[in-house]
Amino acid sequence: MTVPTDLDLRFRETAARSGLLDVGYDLVDSPIGPLLLAATDRGLLRISFDPDLEQHLEWLSRIAGRNVLRAPRQVDGVRRELDEYFEGKRHAFDLVLDLRGVTPFTERVLMELARIPFGETATYAELAARAGSPKAARAVGMTMNRNRIPIVLPCHRVIGANGSLVGYAGGLERKVALLTLEGVLL
Amino acid sequence: MGTVTIPPFETFYAEHNSEVLGLLRRKVGRDRADDAFQETFLRALRAYDRLDHGEHLRAWVLTIASRVAIDVHRRTKPAGEMPELHHEDTRPAYEDLDELTDGLPAKERAAVVLRYGYDLTYDQIAAVLDSSPDAARQAASSGVRRLRKESQL
Repeated sequence: MTVPTDLDLRFRETAARSGLLDVGYDLVDSPIGPLLLAATDRGLLRISFDPDLEQHLEWLSRIAGRNVLRAPRQVDGVRRELDEYFEGKRHAFDLVLDLRGVTPFTERVLMELARIPFGETATYAELAARAGSPKAARAVGMTMNRNRIPIVLPCHRVIGANGSLVGYAGGLERKVALLTLEGVLL
Repeated sequence: MGTVTIPPFETFYAEHNSEVLGLLRRKVGRDRADDAFQETFLRALRAYDRLDHGEHLRAWVLTIASRVAIDVHRRTKPAGEMPELHHEDTRPAYEDLDELTDGLPAKERAAVVLRYGYDLTYDQIAAVLDSSPDAARQAASSGVRRLRKESQL
């Protein structure tokens, strides 16, 4: 016997309302493939392209607490803003982020990253300079590679000094798709 | 530290939810099983971050479900532990309690009214008060003690 869908959803809804969850997540479709969205009561914790759910659950549980449950309600706001972004109706995100556990350097870089506007790009070196560490282009590259909240923190807008796309943790084809959506690439 | 790590709640829930629902349907019937199911997993969720090992999780959640089933049966019996209150037939009990508990601190008042006026369980009251079931029980009983003391003056 399996639990009827409506009962299952009702529990997940109640759990999200109860304030007892450490993390609520959902798996959603997007034009660049399925996404995992995860949020805590502090804000958006994770966006991922990686389909390995079990690994995500373990990471979420380790970083924020073991009360991790698929609870669409917890990421309603994130889903809505992402939908608008993919429809071309939203150019800036208005979401609170949960950056617990990141180093001060990473946080500084991510805050600068968040300021690169829709449809524009910056190089790794430029971003390093804006974050106050002009020699740290390589470290900035690592930070982009480990970005926990891609799309919203737009690491796809960071490119090489010669204009090459360099790389993207979610796969280069996704970087191309996002930059195309934003009109940077044709 | 136990040897068995505690899985994320999602994994635990997915593994045991159908067995819990089956047990509850047998114990309280199909009509009442859905609410009991919710309550079971909410209780589990409330206690989950206090578990210190991951052994016997199946037995643990089935025990919670059995207790919820007992509560469901108890709740449907005539309430024997309602305090004796003078009230007119047309007024629900909680209205009388509302006046009676007027002088209590907010938390105790809520606990007393919810327990004796609405007949909620301490788990439910804890959820309402955003505290633990123990704290809810304590709030209700110190509220009742205070009322007794006041009525003796």
